[in-house]
Amino acid sequence: MHVHFLDPYRPGHSSIHQLDARVKFILTLAFILTTALTPIGAWPIYILLLAWAIIVEILSELGVGFVLRRAVLALPFVLAALPVIFTVPGAALLSLSIGPWALTITLPGAERFISIALKSWISVQMAIVLAATTSFPDLLTAMRAIKVPRLLVAVFGLMWRYLFVLVDEALRLMRARLSRSGESDREDLKSGGALIWRAKVAGGMAGSLFLRALERSDRIYMTMLARGYDGEVRAAPLPPLSRRDWLTLWLCLGLLFAILVGAALF
Amino acid sequence: MLLSPFLSPQPMHIPDGFLSPLVSILLWVFSVLAIAYSLKRVNEDLGERQVPLMGVLAAAIFAGQMLNFTVAGGTSGHLMGAAIATILLGPWAAILVMTTVVGVQALIFQDGGLLALGANIFNMGVIGVATSYFVNRTIRRIAGERRWGVFLGGFLAAWVSIVLAALAVALQLSLSRTSPANIAIPAMAGIHALIGFGEGLITIGALALIYAARPDLLLSSKQRAVGGNALWVSGLAIALALAIASPLASSQPDGLEWVAEQQGFLDTARGPFYEIIPDYIFPGISNQAIATILAGVLGTLMVFGVSFAVAYSRRKRRLNEVRQSR
Repeated sequence: MHVHFLDPYRPGHSSIHQLDARVKFILTLAFILTTALTPIGAWPIYILLLAWAIIVEILSELGVGFVLRRAVLALPFVLAALPVIFTVPGAALLSLSIGPWALTITLPGAERFISIALKSWISVQMAIVLAATTSFPDLLTAMRAIKVPRLLVAVFGLMWRYLFVLVDEALRLMRARLSRSGESDREDLKSGGALIWRAKVAGGMAGSLFLRALERSDRIYMTMLARGYDGEVRAAPLPPLSRRDWLTLWLCLGLLFAILVGAALF
Repeated sequence: MLLSPFLSPQPMHIPDGFLSPLVSILLWVFSVLAIAYSLKRVNEDLGERQVPLMGVLAAAIFAGQMLNFTVAGGTSGHLMGAAIATILLGPWAAILVMTTVVGVQALIFQDGGLLALGANIFNMGVIGVATSYFVNRTIRRIAGERRWGVFLGGFLAAWVSIVLAALAVALQLSLSRTSPANIAIPAMAGIHALIGFGEGLITIGALALIYAARPDLLLSSKQRAVGGNALWVSGLAIALALAIASPLASSQPDGLEWVAEQQGFLDTARGPFYEIIPDYIFPGISNQAIATILAGVLGTLMVFGVSFAVAYSRRKRRLNEVRQSR
């Protein structure tokens, strides 16, 4: 498969890399579900979950720093939750006055915000480990194992196969635009046209990208027909899980369940 | 600073941790139902050509989201792609294509969460496509096979799909008590009204190129048969539901909870419960909320009225011209 700067998969031989993709996939989902079900302000549970995530990161030999850096990049959405620190009613923690407004940070508000941020941060770390230690074809196998319809899996697979081709196509379009665009320091020379014009140029690029994609899909269909495609998506049967995989699966699911019980008691 | 999450390139992908488990799972159920039905329809409509077509188009939408144009002050316009996918492929294939795009973004690039993926597919795939279809179909039906219908339909479909998907995100966040409705809804709606404008302009540009090169893709009657009236009605229903729920919810920080309370309250309005609501809250807010809804409904009706009137007058004039030329 074509190696591309976009592909987050990092080949390796760690125990996490060697774990079956289906087990990893199910455990990642179970972990994220457990995190979501943990109530607001259950700090000990968060620490447990974070410790779990960091253990997995160490076992995966990706480097904890690598995962944490990527996890931070995925987090700007947290600011969407920021207003809750002011709006959840409760004991005042801190009052800020900015001009005519007085903003009061409440204790339950701050608790809720930090909880949301932590949960999101812990969840995204696990998703990063999954994507970085599992190749896409293995993820497709995992999707088949959890009964995603075969047709949809096939569309996912084809999309992945041509994603980099089309991203390259888009990059070529952008390079072409860049090479035809100029900028000058002279004040009487304005660079670029009006907003509408710029949008039209970008739209034209998108349009030609879609047309090329349509034509490419025609050619791909022809080559598929030439190789005997009859509309039926076939795949080899899933290989059985090894004993070690089963053991890991049930052990981790049990642990997650125990954490969940702990969270409920908390 | 507060607005930056809404201005980031893909401001609509909800990460994990932001939705309550109930909301996430409910939206997963809706999305799975929509995907299952779309798979069935696509099987009937496209036949064996579907896999290469949808796969490559999904890759193109993903790549197309990289194409941007600068707006002002470091912000730029991007493409989400639900509208253009709906116009090019028909609604059922578009739902699957958007599902694939959003799915790969979550699985591989952590753009949006895995548990939240159901919600993201619902917002960008189902809501984006259904409302695009409804708007585009309506305009195209009015315009007939004329050129302006293609562009006006494309622009409005793009704008409406972006704004309504953003409203859905805000409602889901406030339903999960992650972001107060009275801040999230106006912020998301306001910013996406602008972002949707960019989406609309790019969509027009793309449609203009496709219209020049392959008009058969846009003028074929294939699209009409594919969606059907049920989808048109669901598009309208989703649009109306979001347009009505949003102002209602945004009048209170508790948003939908407040609305639910209000609904329950309305049933027992003459009961003793009345006294629990302090006087100074109920009349003012209730009037304000109802006023907002009325304004929203009136505005929608007026916009539709004006566009219908303009469209019909154009059609009449055209007919007259045709008659005179004969």
